[in-house]
Amino acid sequence: MSMTSYKKQLQQLQPLIALFLLCLIIAIFSDRFMTVTNLWNVMRQISVNICIAVGMTLVIISAGIDLSVGSVLAFAGAVTASFLSMGMELPFFGVYVGFTTLGAILMGITMGGVLGLVNGWVITYFKVQPFVATLAMLTIARGLTMLWTQGYPISSLGAPFAHLGTGWFLGVPIPVWIAAIVTVLAVFVMRKTRFGRYIYAIGGNERAARLSGIKVNQVKTLVYMLAGMLAAVGGILVTSRLDSAQPNAGMGYELDAIAAVVIGGTSLSGGRGLIMGTVLGAVIIGVLNNGLVLLGVSPFWQQVVKGMVILIAVIIDRSQHKEKK
Amino acid sequence: MVSLRNITKQFNGVYALRDVNIEFPPAKVIALVGENGAGKSTLMNILSGVYPDYEGELMYKGEVVQFQGPRDAQDRGITIIHQELNLIPYLSVVENIFLGRELMTPWGALDTPKMKNVAKELLSRLKLALDLDAPVSQLKVGECQLIEIAKALLVESDVVIMDEPTSAISESEVCALYDIIADLKASGKTVVYISHKMKELFTLADEYVVLRDGQVVKQGVMAEVDEQQLVNMMVGRALAERVKCQDRITDATVLHVNNLSLTHPVKEGLLLENLSFDLCKGEILGVFGLMGAGRTELLETLFGLRGKPSSGSFSFDEQDMAFFTSPNQALRYGLALVPEDRKGDGLVLGMNVRANLSLSVLSSLENLGVLADVQEKELCQQYVERLRIKTATDQQYVGNLSGGNQQKVVLAKYLATKPKVLMLDEPTRGIDVYAKQEIYDLIREQAALGLGVMVVSSELPELFAIADRILVMCDGRITKQFKTEEATEETILQAALPDQ
Repeated sequence: MSMTSYKKQLQQLQPLIALFLLCLIIAIFSDRFMTVTNLWNVMRQISVNICIAVGMTLVIISAGIDLSVGSVLAFAGAVTASFLSMGMELPFFGVYVGFTTLGAILMGITMGGVLGLVNGWVITYFKVQPFVATLAMLTIARGLTMLWTQGYPISSLGAPFAHLGTGWFLGVPIPVWIAAIVTVLAVFVMRKTRFGRYIYAIGGNERAARLSGIKVNQVKTLVYMLAGMLAAVGGILVTSRLDSAQPNAGMGYELDAIAAVVIGGTSLSGGRGLIMGTVLGAVIIGVLNNGLVLLGVSPFWQQVVKGMVILIAVIIDRSQHKEKK
Repeated sequence: MVSLRNITKQFNGVYALRDVNIEFPPAKVIALVGENGAGKSTLMNILSGVYPDYEGELMYKGEVVQFQGPRDAQDRGITIIHQELNLIPYLSVVENIFLGRELMTPWGALDTPKMKNVAKELLSRLKLALDLDAPVSQLKVGECQLIEIAKALLVESDVVIMDEPTSAISESEVCALYDIIADLKASGKTVVYISHKMKELFTLADEYVVLRDGQVVKQGVMAEVDEQQLVNMMVGRALAERVKCQDRITDATVLHVNNLSLTHPVKEGLLLENLSFDLCKGEILGVFGLMGAGRTELLETLFGLRGKPSSGSFSFDEQDMAFFTSPNQALRYGLALVPEDRKGDGLVLGMNVRANLSLSVLSSLENLGVLADVQEKELCQQYVERLRIKTATDQQYVGNLSGGNQQKVVLAKYLATKPKVLMLDEPTRGIDVYAKQEIYDLIREQAALGLGVMVVSSELPELFAIADRILVMCDGRITKQFKTEEATEETILQAALPDQ
């Protein structure tokens, strides 16, 4: 008995051990890796993926998928930036309304929430498969971003806003604080609230959940809305770090987020997974990205290596899950 | 034909089978009986090559064999028809029957005409008239089960193992199956027949083997035992005859349905037609009908799963209201449904006992929006004790429990909602004799507490054992209502059979 629990603990530590080994290897071959500047830099970059991937984890545990997060991120960033730099023209009154930094950020997050809500609504009301619904949203939100920005970046967003992405608080980069808060909240929600339990139940067996009196459509819609809001948070961080909203920001970010979720041991078939696993997955991807650059690996090979790491992680996870049965 | 010598099989140190010796002679139907967990499935899995590792010897046609897998066993002439359906929904009937054994033309293309001919002949043996090109997803469960049987017949086998083959098929289909079994026997094959239905066993089997706790209790000739003796051997203790106590029945109506009709979602016509009945507090109402009679549809409509009925009025707990539109609403008013398919509809298999049990009542276990672990644990403990759910801890995955205990968890989940009316759809399907009795006791207990109970069952003895009144359904209509003591199997079956 103690043997099995020991083995189980070791299994849970496996991703951590992998991360440690990864760091060790990179540190051996590059002396720039283990510097304070570089490490904070890596953390800062990872923060965006953590925000998105946490939302993605909720979606995937509910047995769905959200491919639209990269585009939603760009749209939310553009909305926030445009409100900051030029405010908003009220259509019938011909007046401009200015936005405070906080106001613009809230507008951005709201926009992310609205797009997520649309995802959830299409999926639950019209019974469109999440893959298809969010694939459509991926294109739609990107198009909306282009329309909103007319294809040009929106820059010069003011010092307070730029501080969000580049500044420090208590010796830690602000994006890292935000990612940490998002993580803690998500862990709490998944472990300690009814909503979290419902997400697991729906992902595990949607019909049983419905028959247990769970308002499945409501819960699922909320999950996609949260994923949209978290993508928006990521978008605001990206925009702030660059002090500019790029119309093609966030392209392919959905893949990094899904990769983090999968490396973190969450099952794509739903019902099983942990927020902390995803965070670890995001850190592993971030460190790997950074390490491959530092080691001077060609960008083409970087992609091959990243893909293989994802595969290996899933294969290891699979074999362990099989063992349990 | 086949003999098992000192077969022993362990799982993680737990004996599933211990020193099992059985002879399966040719040209005989052998009934394999035992409670769930007695080792029947393990034994069949060894026999059919699913478990290639075990202790002891398996003799087949006079030599020791060790099958490498199910396909190996099948190629050598041992076929098993599993209880679970293994059909591919979007492939046609023919494609499913020949899956993995497709007939080819000399040029290597699929020989569809030939396959269709063979399939047609097979299905006619099963007295099944089906469109061979129809996808299996359009068929009824009973028909799917017969296709499984057809698949097994396609391979010429010397030993055919049938695991609960009649659990989803109707009376007339059962007759066709009996004929097939008789044919197999006449041509010298061995049929191993697993079923919980005693009547079938006594009709079909020549010999019996009783398993209990992984050991053979007795092997003998069917004609020398009666039902009671066989059941006693299975459980190792005599089941007391239950005395009916009906003073729990009150005359307060808790559920009233008038002229309920429901249109068919895809086809023309009605799925349910003009159903009217009452249910009183403390009463157990049985609902009987053959496959497709509309029993499950009735319960699901009341539970809000089937959308708005096309006509009818409804009152619940002496309040007139519209029919429920969602399970959530039904549960809030106090109407619970324990669904038929416990793995598909009743449980989240990847979650533990506690999380499953509390799923319907989580809102009452919250404290300022946070789940109260202590209260959840207490609730769970209370029901585990009350329903005698056998589980090591409440952190055990429900997927690891036996069928009877899984059913109790589903029951507990809905009892925790404190319903006024409890509806149960086939509450004892696929669970063993002893667990059945426990479920019956629990149902009676709930009725005695003043709940109105509706039980849908396709097993008449079950309804005779627990129901006070029996509704008989056929083709979406209620054809007859009986007080249980006035009904006989014949009168009920007559009412359940469609007019010729």
